[in-house]
Amino acid sequence: MTMIFGVPMAVFMGQLTLGLVNGAFYALLSLGLAVIFGLLKIVNFAHGAQYMLGAFAALLGFRYLGINYWLALILVPLVVGGCGMLMERFLLRRIAHLDHLYGLLLTFGLALIFEGTLINLFGVSGARYETPAILQGGLNLGFMFLPTYRAWVLVAALAMCLFTWFMIERTRLGAYLRAGTENSQLMQAFGVNVPLLITLTYGFGVGLAAFAGVLAAPLYPVSPTMGSSLLIVVFAVVVIGGMGSILGAILTGLGMGIIEGLTKVYYPEASNTVIFLVMILVLMLRPAGLFGKEA
Amino acid sequence: MTTTHTTSATQLPSVVQERQRRAKLRRNMFYLVLLAMGLVAPFVAYPVFLMKILCFALFACAFNLLLGYAGLLSFGHAAFLATGGYVTGYLLASYPGLTPELGILAGTLMATLLGVLFGVLSIRRQGIYFAMVTLALAQLMFFVFVQSSFTGGEDGLHGVPRGHLFGVIDLSSNLAMYYFVFAVFVFGFAVIQRTVHSPFGQVLKAIRENEPRAVSLGYNVDAYKLLAFVLSAALAGLAGSTKTVVFQLASLTDAHWHMSGEVILMTLLGGVGTLLGPLMGAGLVVSLQHLLAQSPLGNWVSVILGIIFVVCVLSFRSGIIGELAKMYRKNFK
Repeated sequence: MTMIFGVPMAVFMGQLTLGLVNGAFYALLSLGLAVIFGLLKIVNFAHGAQYMLGAFAALLGFRYLGINYWLALILVPLVVGGCGMLMERFLLRRIAHLDHLYGLLLTFGLALIFEGTLINLFGVSGARYETPAILQGGLNLGFMFLPTYRAWVLVAALAMCLFTWFMIERTRLGAYLRAGTENSQLMQAFGVNVPLLITLTYGFGVGLAAFAGVLAAPLYPVSPTMGSSLLIVVFAVVVIGGMGSILGAILTGLGMGIIEGLTKVYYPEASNTVIFLVMILVLMLRPAGLFGKEA
Repeated sequence: MTTTHTTSATQLPSVVQERQRRAKLRRNMFYLVLLAMGLVAPFVAYPVFLMKILCFALFACAFNLLLGYAGLLSFGHAAFLATGGYVTGYLLASYPGLTPELGILAGTLMATLLGVLFGVLSIRRQGIYFAMVTLALAQLMFFVFVQSSFTGGEDGLHGVPRGHLFGVIDLSSNLAMYYFVFAVFVFGFAVIQRTVHSPFGQVLKAIRENEPRAVSLGYNVDAYKLLAFVLSAALAGLAGSTKTVVFQLASLTDAHWHMSGEVILMTLLGGVGTLLGPLMGAGLVVSLQHLLAQSPLGNWVSVILGIIFVVCVLSFRSGIIGELAKMYRKNFK
């Protein structure tokens, strides 16, 4: 059997895929955080909870309404994103003129409410969401076994990232968003409905989190606490990459996923902490983050 | 004209001085009343409950020093509380000869060292990034505590002996323990009070209000922020160490990010940037948790804390003490 640095090739490639899939989630979530941060200037602490809500919506939609996976992939982000828009309109907007730290605190409170409520309704132990039939099984690539669903997650997440990039960099709405990120007051003076743009942007960011949640539902146990621990890692990823660029967020997310996967192969004890250690290293060497602009 | 000018010019300072002197006198009287209340309290309420409040109040006061006076929102203060608690708990449990005050001193020192480490790293970023960095560092510590052997992992440390203070006073009596905790709290509070009103505290407030201006005035802003951070970490560690001695246990609950959120809530509810706010907030939150734990709503604690969070941010940003101070200023001045 082929060995890579003293580890069987199949094990190595298996962990690499796992790492890439985790990285795809980091990328999707940090992208959503970056989009929201760009215009609203707040860190959406409820992002993990919204990701969890996406997974739960898929689970409950299937259980009670018979909504299948593919439909959920489209519907859930719209529904959860819509709830996000309501949150922005009725809660976040009221404190938009204040120090942005209040936005962080408000979304933190909301995250506690979402998480606590679902823990009371469904308990902390995770539920299983069935992988759709088409995506079950896997491909034998000769040097490794590639589970179809993981491959699909990778493709879908990257496609979504690309779609987001296209929306922001190549469409008129995206141009508004970029302009608003630079100077929203001037935009408003030019006659653009900035409050609406803010609501839409927040909804979009939340939708991205919910999309990631649906993707994650067949992969991880669906539990109320699935979002919060992931979110802290995503925060570290955001600190490493900086929230300056979309491509930066995607690359950092994937890169951190790979590093985490490889750590699992070579030094499993540190696999939980390696991303935080990378963050410390980046803070020492390049405080603004790898792709960051701010000082 | 000139005469009136000179008289008013000479009178004015004395009037201001007189007013300041009276304000100071009122403040001192107020603190004396509080001190007396603290001394009588264990005969009115259950001492263990009071000790819990005092430990969390010290924790919140330490946090408030950073947020309220230096404008730095740390989302990782649980790490210092837990470090203090674990180190003290481990030392007291493994070396029976060690007296509790030495154990607490060691725990506080370790938290201080960790504060230096965290501080050096986190003040490299500002605002929202600062909050994220501290949160991530605290999560790192959480995993360290989970995996280390000295913390007892998921089980935590149990049966930490309270021992004899200075080798003489038996702390197994709740009353003796209470007065020790009360003394620790008064010490911590006095340190914070002194810091806030010192020239150092004034510079911190200047940095909070306008950092670029403080830089342009020639202040080494990073050094000031770091010192405030380390001081806050040390006092949070002191709170954690003391708490471990009181409850004779140290667990992962103290290291979890929920704890970092709770201390923010205590401070916010009582009043950010007020000296007594964190004490008030800690008292309210701990009492609320205590009451809810016995009621049918016991499982909803975190939801209710979340709702209080949202309400505080939306409509009650100065906190209870802050709002009271505003009312006082409006009506009596």
